[in-house]
Amino acid sequence: MDAKHPVEIDEFTGVATTGHEWDGIKELNNPLPRWWLWTFYASIAFATVYVVLYPAIPLVRGATPGLLGWHSREAVSQDLAALDATRGGEMEKLAATPLAAIESDPKLLSFARDAGRAAFADDCAPCHGAGGQGSIGYPNLNANRWLWGGKVDQIYATIEHGARSGDPKGHQGLMPAFGRDGILDDAKISHVADYVRSLAGFPAAKGADVADGLKVFQANCVVCHGADGKGNVQVGSANLTTKVWLYGPTKEDIVKGVWGGHGGVMPYWSGRLSEPTIRALAVYVHTLGGGQ
Amino acid sequence: MANAAGPKRLTMSEVGVAIALGALALYATAVAANGWSVAFRFHGFLTLAASVAGIFAIFNNFYERGPDLPPAEIDGRPNYNFGPVKFMTAAAVFWAIAGMSVGLYIALELAFPGLNVAPWFNFGRLRPLHTSAVIFAFGGNVLIGTSFYVVQRTTRARLAGYLAPWFVALGYNFFIVLAGTGYLLGVTASKEYAEPEWYAKLLLTVVWLTYLGVFVGTLMRRKEPHIYVANWFYLSFILTIAVLHLGNSPTVPISLMSDKSYIVWSGVQDAMIQWWYGHNAVAFFLTVPFLAIMYYFVPKRAERPIYSYRLSIVHFWTLIFIYIWAGPHHLMYTALPDWTQTLGMVFSIVLWMPSWGGMINGLLTLSGAWDKLRTDPVLRMLVVAVAFYGMATFEGPMMSIKTVNALSHYTDWGIAHVHSGSLGWVAYISFGAIYSMVPWLWKRQGLYSLRLVNWHFWISNLGIVLYVSSMWAAGIMEGLMWRAYNRQGFLQYSFVDTVAAAHPLYAVRALGGALFLSGVFIMAWNLWMTVRAAPAGVAAAPLPAPAE
Repeated sequence: MDAKHPVEIDEFTGVATTGHEWDGIKELNNPLPRWWLWTFYASIAFATVYVVLYPAIPLVRGATPGLLGWHSREAVSQDLAALDATRGGEMEKLAATPLAAIESDPKLLSFARDAGRAAFADDCAPCHGAGGQGSIGYPNLNANRWLWGGKVDQIYATIEHGARSGDPKGHQGLMPAFGRDGILDDAKISHVADYVRSLAGFPAAKGADVADGLKVFQANCVVCHGADGKGNVQVGSANLTTKVWLYGPTKEDIVKGVWGGHGGVMPYWSGRLSEPTIRALAVYVHTLGGGQ
Repeated sequence: MANAAGPKRLTMSEVGVAIALGALALYATAVAANGWSVAFRFHGFLTLAASVAGIFAIFNNFYERGPDLPPAEIDGRPNYNFGPVKFMTAAAVFWAIAGMSVGLYIALELAFPGLNVAPWFNFGRLRPLHTSAVIFAFGGNVLIGTSFYVVQRTTRARLAGYLAPWFVALGYNFFIVLAGTGYLLGVTASKEYAEPEWYAKLLLTVVWLTYLGVFVGTLMRRKEPHIYVANWFYLSFILTIAVLHLGNSPTVPISLMSDKSYIVWSGVQDAMIQWWYGHNAVAFFLTVPFLAIMYYFVPKRAERPIYSYRLSIVHFWTLIFIYIWAGPHHLMYTALPDWTQTLGMVFSIVLWMPSWGGMINGLLTLSGAWDKLRTDPVLRMLVVAVAFYGMATFEGPMMSIKTVNALSHYTDWGIAHVHSGSLGWVAYISFGAIYSMVPWLWKRQGLYSLRLVNWHFWISNLGIVLYVSSMWAAGIMEGLMWRAYNRQGFLQYSFVDTVAAAHPLYAVRALGGALFLSGVFIMAWNLWMTVRAAPAGVAAAPLPAPAE
């Protein structure tokens, strides 16, 4: 309350000012609103009680544990135990039952497909698509075409160890880079691509030298893809006689593959997913529609 | 100094700053030639250009100025220094348009991912550009600009320093340019709201300490016996941001020729320090100094006294004391020790009333002037800002309750909360301040058009409603979908399912953002026309009547 700015009474509210003034701004001398103050005290009371009940005050070693003895790690364990209880021991049964037998037990099959669906949506769908429909470079799982075999135990092995995954037990085969590595020249690659398309029943393009393509095929490709071009699950070579094409069916796609090779990676899941989950995934994928 | 007659001489500060800029130019040249990455060499060039321009500006100004520096008073009236305020006000409008445009683009990227253009315009690079441009570039220019205005008007003293205020204004904006172009080029420290790399952080440190010096220096020159409440808030903002910045930035560059550095903190301590910083960036950058704006511009515009001096004292001290401890609520259910999480939560809850103290003082200052909301859309903007502040500071403590946090954390609810605060509170109070200040600074009769302010108000208000409600809906939906288990005990939905479900809400959010941005364009046009209009009568006082 300096001499320059005496305390005044505000006309509208009848409340006194503090006598301060800055650039025309004055202040009223209202008390703290009651409800504000009591709510503030109540929040402090709540905080005090909470601090007594839960781990809160840091000490030299550790912190006060709180009267309730609550611990976040225990809370998670309890939640997981509750989840196990919901699953009713079916996970253990899944781990203990032979893969082939799971599908003949309707209740266990339903459980396995549910577990597989949930795991597939998070772990597999990013590459294979939400419905397992695949995309360029990522196999379609509904088409009954299997590079590494479509029986449930073959699918299980592929999920468990992957392909070119860094797991020594994983599948290892590669499509060599015939062009880049100088094994075939561009003309030969063009001819063999024409021949491969003819295997799948595509009509020959104009100027195609299918006869020379056959010669190239016999000299270079039959080792893996077989004389009939139907592939070999032992080495993961593709069946070339159908219209299912992992890297696309056009001549350009095939030339690109013969020139530069292929070798996409399927990760290994052992150690990342639990054993029953991997088994559930194998059953789920096997029963998607393309299983053998 | 003011009255010294005699030959014109370079001041110590002119010589000192020129030498410092010269040394910086040498280092920048070395970086431009030998920097380990394209981005760092580019920043070397930028810094070289900026430091040479700075030296040129100092000498150019020297030849144009008189032998004496501007006096602190002319005829017993304070000779205010509003040049840097004008610059920062214009910069704030520019950065609002830039930052919100980037925000709109990344909102569209989330709805339509094909818009990601690698690598420069990926979401990952544009997102920190958006947050930094709106918080630090737009918000920062508003805060430093208004603080330079308010501190002068409420102390009746000229801003301390001759070059220093301009160094703060230009240096701060150059820091923004370094940080922003760095993000686009892939230079990042990967710490949220502290993404700039070591050299930009170093520049900010120098600028910020200068800012502190200018502000405190001006307070010390004050002609009023007391320090006005707005200046308490500004000072706590400047001090605490300095402490936060220093705490979260001790980083070791791998070479003086490299943009890359590593923070000295590690593991959970690093996370805790980061969120102590991140949370208090919200507190002491986006809350405390904007309350300072409220404490000056609301009573000024409403022409009413502040409701309660006592409340302002109590809520100021409780707010700054409690806010600083609430950071752990950003790390609920993580590796952070349980006791830290408990304290983060209870401090957040106790924070509720101190936050509301500001809202009460702002809203009740209107008693006796509520009718002005009908006729003054600028005041309406200021008041709606305070209302949004109240909503966001209720929502924050609520979200810090562990069981609520379990649902809300990592979802778009967080985005809704942040934007009801940043669009509704921070941006609105800033717009209100800018609308008020521009005619005062440029000595115009008033704004070019109050009708346009009205349009701005309603369009952006609709934008906020669409933005916030769509993100609330998306966030709660995501939280519920992520935790849904079916009867056999498996997750009902995959993550991708929740992304697909949020798609329409993301589109609505982008629409809300587009509306808000259109409002800013209206404001920019209105301000431009205001500045272009003829100045107020020559005979009139240069500024609205000071204290009677």
